[in-house]
Amino acid sequence: MLTLLLDGIAYGMLLFVLSAGLAVTLGLMNFINLAHGAFAMLGGYVTALLMNRAGVPFLATLPLAFLIPAAVGVALERTLYRRLYGASPLDQVLFTIGLVFMAMPAANYLLGNQPQQINLPDFLHGRLEFQGVGIGVYRLFTILLCGAIAASLQIFLVRTRFGAQLRAAVDDSRVAGGMGINVDLLFAITFAVGSGLAGLGGALAADVVGGVDPSFPLKFLVIMLIVVSIGGANGVLGALFGALLLGVLDVLGKYYAPTIGAFIIYAVMVATLTLRPNGLFAKGDRR
Amino acid sequence: MTDVLAHLRRRERWGVAEIAFWLALVAGIVAFPARAGLVNEALIAGLFALSLDLILGLTGIVSLGQAAFFGVGAYTAAILANAGYHDPLLGVLAAIVPTALIGFLTAPLLLRGSDLTRLMVTMGVALMLGELANREDGLTGGADGLNFTVAPLFGRFAIGSFGEGPRNAALFSLAVLFALLFVARRLARSPFGISLTAVRENRLRAGALGISAAWRIVAIYTISAAFAGVAGALLAETTQIASLDLFEFHRSANVMLMLIIGGAGYLYGGVIGAGVFILVRDVVSAETPEYWEFWIGLMLVALVLFGRERLANLVRLRR
Amino acid sequence: MKAAILISALALGVVPAMAEDVTVGMILPMTGPSASTGKQEKAGAELYIAQHGDKVAGKTIKLLVKDDTGAADVTKRLAQEAIANDHAAALMGFGLTPLAFAVAPIATEAKVPEIVTAAATAVITEKSPFIVRTSFTLPQASAPMAQWAAKNGIKKVVTIVTDYGPGLDAEKWFGETFKHEGGEIIEAIRTPLKNPDFAPFLQRVKDDKPDAVFVFVPSGFGAMVMKQFIEQGLAKAGVKLIGTGDVTDDDQLNGMGEAALGVVTAHHYSASHDSPENKAFVTAFEKANGFRPNFMGVAAYDGMALLYHALEATKGATDGAGLIEAMKGAKWMSPRGPVEIDPDTRDIVQNMYVRKVEKKDGQLYNMEFETIPMVKDPFKATKK
Repeated sequence: MLTLLLDGIAYGMLLFVLSAGLAVTLGLMNFINLAHGAFAMLGGYVTALLMNRAGVPFLATLPLAFLIPAAVGVALERTLYRRLYGASPLDQVLFTIGLVFMAMPAANYLLGNQPQQINLPDFLHGRLEFQGVGIGVYRLFTILLCGAIAASLQIFLVRTRFGAQLRAAVDDSRVAGGMGINVDLLFAITFAVGSGLAGLGGALAADVVGGVDPSFPLKFLVIMLIVVSIGGANGVLGALFGALLLGVLDVLGKYYAPTIGAFIIYAVMVATLTLRPNGLFAKGDRR
Repeated sequence: MTDVLAHLRRRERWGVAEIAFWLALVAGIVAFPARAGLVNEALIAGLFALSLDLILGLTGIVSLGQAAFFGVGAYTAAILANAGYHDPLLGVLAAIVPTALIGFLTAPLLLRGSDLTRLMVTMGVALMLGELANREDGLTGGADGLNFTVAPLFGRFAIGSFGEGPRNAALFSLAVLFALLFVARRLARSPFGISLTAVRENRLRAGALGISAAWRIVAIYTISAAFAGVAGALLAETTQIASLDLFEFHRSANVMLMLIIGGAGYLYGGVIGAGVFILVRDVVSAETPEYWEFWIGLMLVALVLFGRERLANLVRLRR
Repeated sequence: MKAAILISALALGVVPAMAEDVTVGMILPMTGPSASTGKQEKAGAELYIAQHGDKVAGKTIKLLVKDDTGAADVTKRLAQEAIANDHAAALMGFGLTPLAFAVAPIATEAKVPEIVTAAATAVITEKSPFIVRTSFTLPQASAPMAQWAAKNGIKKVVTIVTDYGPGLDAEKWFGETFKHEGGEIIEAIRTPLKNPDFAPFLQRVKDDKPDAVFVFVPSGFGAMVMKQFIEQGLAKAGVKLIGTGDVTDDDQLNGMGEAALGVVTAHHYSASHDSPENKAFVTAFEKANGFRPNFMGVAAYDGMALLYHALEATKGATDGAGLIEAMKGAKWMSPRGPVEIDPDTRDIVQNMYVRKVEKKDGQLYNMEFETIPMVKDPFKATKK
């Protein structure tokens, strides 16, 4: 039972790490970035290619799996995304889905269809057993790493001056600009963090989900959206708790009632949003 | 008051461009029977997009779950046909009942929360129904899909994949699309339709004017569900197959793309967007079956950056 | 003969558009989740044409590849258009079972051969007398796996299959054969098609304490299962992983790493199959595409081989009934070994190999170590 709970938490952490970047762009910046999965794919490819073709150790690739998607994110933000900040959500959907449609065949063309696998170093392999309770080492590693990421993000984006300025800028960028806040810089940094997190998520998740392949951006889009909406599009903690809740319920459901396994995630989401339309951890009524 | 009615009546009139549009479609199908299958697919997608326009364009309610009704409509027609009721018209009409019912029952889920809430709840309902169809494989054939046959329309015009079948199918779809667009047009320009616009523009103010947003949303969502159900039944009957992918996320997402490409809110947008999307996909994927998505993606990005409004205005029919 | 065709064509008012061409409508999922199937299949068919020339029995083969995105209604329309507009003499491909089903009535009505080179649910060939298959059926691979397991000290098994047509076929045929051989199925678990986490299912397996777990998942999920199998500690608990070859798909096997070593599967094709035909095939395939052929690639290659064979037998005549007759009983040497089209069922008869994942020249391969010669689809055999 405890083993299952741990598996659920680990799965939840995986969901969290995949969705954390989306929680930043969608939750904090109010931008419907459906291309989030494309950044995750990029991060996964960075790690896989560096490991398999250049022999870089796994841990050493992780910073790059953050930085490269972050850099690409900033480049796109400065040139394209920023034009759409004020645009209707429908335009944002159209634009970012367009990016996904472009990213998938591009990856297929450049790297082929075969999933790029990540082969973890030995110390992350295996399983810890303690009095009948067991957990995979890598799962434990993701739990700890993601916990650390969640905590630092929450502090950085919510508790600091930066966080306060960001929220002001999202609410009303003109007034914020008038108050001497460098709105452009603020958005660029936040978007970079979101894209970088997406990339890191892709790199960390790749091993568990069977590698990175060109269909990655759409394969996990639905589940990423579910996590963010359940948590309440309100910062990073919401996504964390949403992901954990989903992870635990999904694992328990699949174990005890495998026949209805596929329903559980959707049912939990619909039930949650019916009871708490703005997500579990929404503060007040937004819009 | 009489001014308002006069205004409504004026908007009720059919423009020359509008009539030409329909005549061109008929002529196209008759002149190019070889591509009737493709046109049929585009017309049905257009009807499907019209169903989304009723809630998204007229009322401002977003949905990523229209595929729920598309799928239920398709399976209704398929299951009826397998039970011995082969009449295509009957199948299309019958599809209205369960889809409207499901729309009516799930509409209250849309009343609270943000756009994101609505996107996710509608998507969740569609995915759950798809999973249900997978599970009830005795009825739906499960993952194998359901093959069936339909009788000729009015006992005379065979629809399907052979001989005149594709052409008749496209004409049938066109007729249904025309009929439902006519209904939607009347609806949009009725006092009820205008109150929907009020709901879209400002729900609070609409409430202050004594317009109950809640029941209007429930009503239009129910109607929209029935429209989508009819589209699904049409697709099932003209291809004589229903399969689980009808419920999938990408169906809901694509129909939204089509509607946005064509422009939401004036009823023809979905039909035009569906036509553009399916035609471009057909042409590009014939050239490069592996990488056509890239060019569609580029088209979408360009559309947004260079102004969807401007492009849409070029092709927009007179209101 | 030719004159007769010409006259009948004129009589029907059909222009004998390029009577010397034989168009093959190859309909595949080239995008979406099953895109890797499409890519392999296209490469396999193209390789056959490149190697054997596009001329056969005086006709020129034209391959027309279409993307159906995995949607049954699109598959059906593309098939209809290929026949009506491109005058396709044969249809080929079909990545998933419902897609193959969708085209069956068209093949029957238009009397055009439908050569199924991917979809593997047993019942497919019964949907139309014009369907021929060059891939495999899941009972064909699952039953030998069960026999091998029973003979090799495995007594208790849990099965995990993906919850759709092919998965249910695998579950049924592995289970029944295994019980028939005296084994015991402790539990049969079905997993949803879209499932990124096998941990809870594998935990359930672990708690059941079987000797082995039999797995069928569509190719693409194999790596995930294997890694989580290790991570969940099943290997350490002494549970063996066995399955059909879909789990250790050649297309992806090499990337799976150490986790895949020692996995035993039964299947009809391995890129390491030891024969001159296969060596030549693999070398040419890798040279042309840059990746290793898998069972999908070889099935499309053989689909083309079968069509060439039939066209030679009919001396270039392309009427569907004639082609199907010529295909029945066809025998040839495929890269996978000897194959034959069963004249009664139009399904393929082929060797099944029991294989184990091993390292060869620094790469992972399914190394064949036992051959069950010329297996017919057991599903159809029991019906008689």
